[in-house]
Amino acid sequence: MSEPVSALKGATAQGFATIREIGPVGMITLRAKPDVKALAKAIKAAVGTEVPALRRIVTGGDRACGWMSPDEYLLVMPYAAVAGALEAIAKAMGGEHHLAVDVSDARAVFRVEGAKAEQVLAKLSPVDFATLEPGELRRTRAAQVAAAFWKDGDGFTVVCFRSVGRYVFDLLATGAKPGSELA
Amino acid sequence: MSTRLSKGGRLIDRSAAMEFSFNGKRMKGYRGDSLGAALLANDQMLVGRSFKYHRPRGIVAAGPEEPNALVNLGSGGRLEPNQRVTMTELFDGLEATSQNHWPSLEFDVGVANNYVSRFLPAGFYYKTFIHPRPFWKHVFEPIIRQSAGLGKAPKDRDADRYEQAYAFCDLLVVGGGIAGLQAALVAGKAGARVILLEQNAHWGGRAPVDGDVIDGKPAGEWVDQAVAALSAMDNVSLRARCTAAGVYDHGYVLADEKVADHTPGDGRPKHRLWRIRAGKILTATGAIERPISFAGNDIPGVMLAASVRDYVVNWAVSPGDRTVVVTNNDDGYRTAITLKEAGLAVPAIIDARANPSGDLVAKARALGLRIEAGRGVAKVKGGKRVTSVAICLQAGEGAVIDEIACDAVAMSGGWSPVVHLWSHCGGKLTWDTVNACFRPDPQRPPLNHDGGALVYAAGSANGAMKAAEALVDATAQAEAAVAALGFKSAGAKAPVAEAVAEGPMEAVWIMPQGAPVTLKSKMWLDYQNDVKVSDVQLAAREGYESVEHTKRYTTLGMATDQGKLSNINGLAVLANALNEDIPQVGTTTFRPPYTPVTLGALAGESRGEIFQPLRRTPMHEWHERNGAYFEPVGLWRRPYCFPRTGETHAQAVIREVNNTREKLGLLDASTLGKIIVKGPDAGKFLDMLYTGVMSTLPVGKCRYGLMCNEQGFLSDDGVVARIDEDTWLCHTTSGGADRIHGWMEDWLQCEWWDWKVYTANVTEQYAQVAVVGPNARKVLEKLGGMDVSKEALPFMGWADGTLGGFPCRVYRISFSGELSYEIAVPASHGAAFWEALHKAGAEFGAMPYGTEALHVMRAEKGFIMIGDETDGTVIPQDLNLDWAISKKKADFLGKRGQQRNFLASPDRWKLVGFETLDGSVIPDGSYIVAPGVNANGQGNTQGRVTSTYYSPTLKRGIAMGLLKRGPERMGEVVEFNTITGGNVKARVVDQVFFDKDGEKQNV
Repeated sequence: MSEPVSALKGATAQGFATIREIGPVGMITLRAKPDVKALAKAIKAAVGTEVPALRRIVTGGDRACGWMSPDEYLLVMPYAAVAGALEAIAKAMGGEHHLAVDVSDARAVFRVEGAKAEQVLAKLSPVDFATLEPGELRRTRAAQVAAAFWKDGDGFTVVCFRSVGRYVFDLLATGAKPGSELA
Repeated sequence: MSTRLSKGGRLIDRSAAMEFSFNGKRMKGYRGDSLGAALLANDQMLVGRSFKYHRPRGIVAAGPEEPNALVNLGSGGRLEPNQRVTMTELFDGLEATSQNHWPSLEFDVGVANNYVSRFLPAGFYYKTFIHPRPFWKHVFEPIIRQSAGLGKAPKDRDADRYEQAYAFCDLLVVGGGIAGLQAALVAGKAGARVILLEQNAHWGGRAPVDGDVIDGKPAGEWVDQAVAALSAMDNVSLRARCTAAGVYDHGYVLADEKVADHTPGDGRPKHRLWRIRAGKILTATGAIERPISFAGNDIPGVMLAASVRDYVVNWAVSPGDRTVVVTNNDDGYRTAITLKEAGLAVPAIIDARANPSGDLVAKARALGLRIEAGRGVAKVKGGKRVTSVAICLQAGEGAVIDEIACDAVAMSGGWSPVVHLWSHCGGKLTWDTVNACFRPDPQRPPLNHDGGALVYAAGSANGAMKAAEALVDATAQAEAAVAALGFKSAGAKAPVAEAVAEGPMEAVWIMPQGAPVTLKSKMWLDYQNDVKVSDVQLAAREGYESVEHTKRYTTLGMATDQGKLSNINGLAVLANALNEDIPQVGTTTFRPPYTPVTLGALAGESRGEIFQPLRRTPMHEWHERNGAYFEPVGLWRRPYCFPRTGETHAQAVIREVNNTREKLGLLDASTLGKIIVKGPDAGKFLDMLYTGVMSTLPVGKCRYGLMCNEQGFLSDDGVVARIDEDTWLCHTTSGGADRIHGWMEDWLQCEWWDWKVYTANVTEQYAQVAVVGPNARKVLEKLGGMDVSKEALPFMGWADGTLGGFPCRVYRISFSGELSYEIAVPASHGAAFWEALHKAGAEFGAMPYGTEALHVMRAEKGFIMIGDETDGTVIPQDLNLDWAISKKKADFLGKRGQQRNFLASPDRWKLVGFETLDGSVIPDGSYIVAPGVNANGQGNTQGRVTSTYYSPTLKRGIAMGLLKRGPERMGEVVEFNTITGGNVKARVVDQVFFDKDGEKQNV
């Protein structure tokens, strides 16, 4: 069997910020109502974090859980850990109504890093970075496509759909061109 | 002649000389020059021709209001038409050419229009070219279009790049003059997040030119200190060269930053369009001086008085040795004093007022300047340049008292606040009788979502014309704005500007007030569009009472400057002609943008590769490497066919069809929509969504389904697979995945919110390959890993397993009528799996095929295609798909709709197949003709073609189409029309052309 490859095979671009495609990254869409008792246990079992609050992402090591909507969570983990996490969720949820599905390959994931990383994103997404709180997961758009990002370390992790990975990479690389800093 | 003075020029750096060219002539300027200043320094007063009469046009202003001095800037990929020289910063190597003349600027044959101008009055085009009717389209319009237009549209691809950026603030201050700076200081100190925009490259606005003294310092010093203080505040950001173009609801503002206009080719974006969301907006946009309507006021050398001052003080440029000042207010005297103090001659100050008084008048007198009070200009003389002015009594009819030789005329008709941004979102104006201008009405501002004021106007933009009152007003307005935003102002004290005692101005709309028509037909209101006082008066006589109608009839204010100089003068003339007060006549509507925004900035980064998102499957690169010819399917690009060397696309399609039918074809089907639907109520949910029954589908099986909208029209189709007890996987069309997912969520979230169903769109999680043809099983068996025999995996079944080591799910479904497996693998393995299939399939004749071969094969089998056989007006019954509609179900989406009598009528156009009698292919889009004509005299129709192809399998043209009562008319011959004329005869046949019994797919 072949090794899984990410959408852009780890493409990078260097401007006033660094753009790196990372991945493949393991991701699970988990849909369940927040009042389902087993939810916290399932998330804990899958990625080891608490249930995130509204518009937040809780990170622990290489795993995280983000709030996507009132009944949807994004679980992030190493690619190889997905099958085990799905099993753990199924076990924890028992008969509770939920949906957990592997979406690792449906996504492209980027890191935008550097002191001025947010200036690249400010060209693409209508987001007020001054009010973006620590641990906030922002579902938004990057120019013409859906995207989500959160701040992590010295940069941002940006997620979009796999089929538009090249488009988003080109957007980020264009926005980071030297000389076009916003401040 | 205009020239550079030996001293002065606060904005220029004489140590940095720059070369540029105008109409090919090489000229010199300095860093800090505007192109306008540099042209004048090189004695280039004549810069263009007017739109209608091709009259010579010179530079009038020094700012964004300039109507005349528009040039083609740059060349090739950097050609920009209609650029105002007053707003263009000079750079080394700049190339400019003048516009709207032929053959040359100096000698223009279009000026002939000027000599017949009395035959080209307001509304001339409407009156003249209306009859005979057909002539407009074929004769008049082409000729008028050829002679119309100012700049040349660029033909080359834009060599520059552009971008957009989002910004947020509590208070957006527009205008970096003293009022804007003071407002930003107040708001910044109160802790608000402030963005301050200035359209020019420099800060301070008019105050340094006007010689204002603030807190005991020259205005320039105060400005420098204010800019330094603001730059030191973390909560304030300053942007020069950035024009706020439009104010929209909810504090949304578009601003155009000219990042690299003055440094072309340095790799930076040329413009950046800021998309700002502001809590409140404070407009400190200043005021624009008005011309005075006197005969010959459009002759090059007649300029706005304050602009003359700008050129002298900012750029050390003299418009001429002798400048006559014409004014109705004290501010004009500043220009006279400035010129005199620069060592230039001011032969006379012609003041329309009978008894001018005040500090500035006294100073002019003390300098020995000749003041002609109560006088006006009877006529300016000159052709391409002013030579003299004839003066008369302002109260009279223009009898010439004296003639004064001069090189330039500086006119000041008073000031109009720049109220554009205030007005964009509905802010109302009030008439200020003291300054004879419209200013923002503080009682009726544009409103925000909470009913509070969205925009505050401050300084001269608010009618506070003098420096002292502007600073007080800016302080008060900024305090009000930040208080409304919930900030506590530190109790800012307004800086104090030295008061200058000025006498009252006097409104002068025509000079002299009793001018006869001969003079009024030479008084220009709109310089660019050639609208004169006489034109507006004619419009009034012809019954145009509304200012909006008069504008369109005369084209007043419709030029690229949007009437920045002409509107108030024009509507004053109109009011006068209608015997009404100016406020009753009102203004035309102020609409964004304030000044033109280049299309590049509006497009931003969206060009070239990132013009729009292009969706790629995991196999996209392979397709590119292997010569695929792509077609757009939604935002996807799918291979249409894979032409080989020397093959046409049509030949490639035939080869791909034949190879698939005879051996083995491989199709990238990854774009197919895939939606997981799971939950205890999922079966019930799908029974409502699909016309058929999905709840009874056994695990491990597939079923074809149709989805309709509430009206009953067919919306999407696809194969549904039952994954486990409460999980289904719904395939949708390639273009329909997002739409259908949204449709599902809409019903689940808004209507059936208590049903226990979750959905997930997993379209992009999987790469999907259709392995099709008689050898399909052989290649899968060669890859090995799971049993794909007829017994283990029968038609319309699916199974999980591995093939060649790849984890996969295999569906036994067929859209071609052949033995076919659709195999889904995780997208991250898609490319490798595709290549593995080609490698293993080589010995079985494997070839990729594209969407066109797919279409041909499905048409040969009579399968419908959403978007071909459907167009939003077709119900499943029209397509003979009654077998896929459950009769037993109590309800499904569309059921009620389909029961409406029109949809249940037996007279509907229904699907059948067609075979042309001559074997030709019916043209796409053809209609089936019927006898007679309809109410509009058009030929009647009784159906249309929906799919039409050359069938390589049957070696003839085949088609499907909708025909009135089609299925009842088998064997009948009907006629299809063609675009080229003549009809094509075709026999009505069954829509399934190939392998009617489905034996080939079921092996």
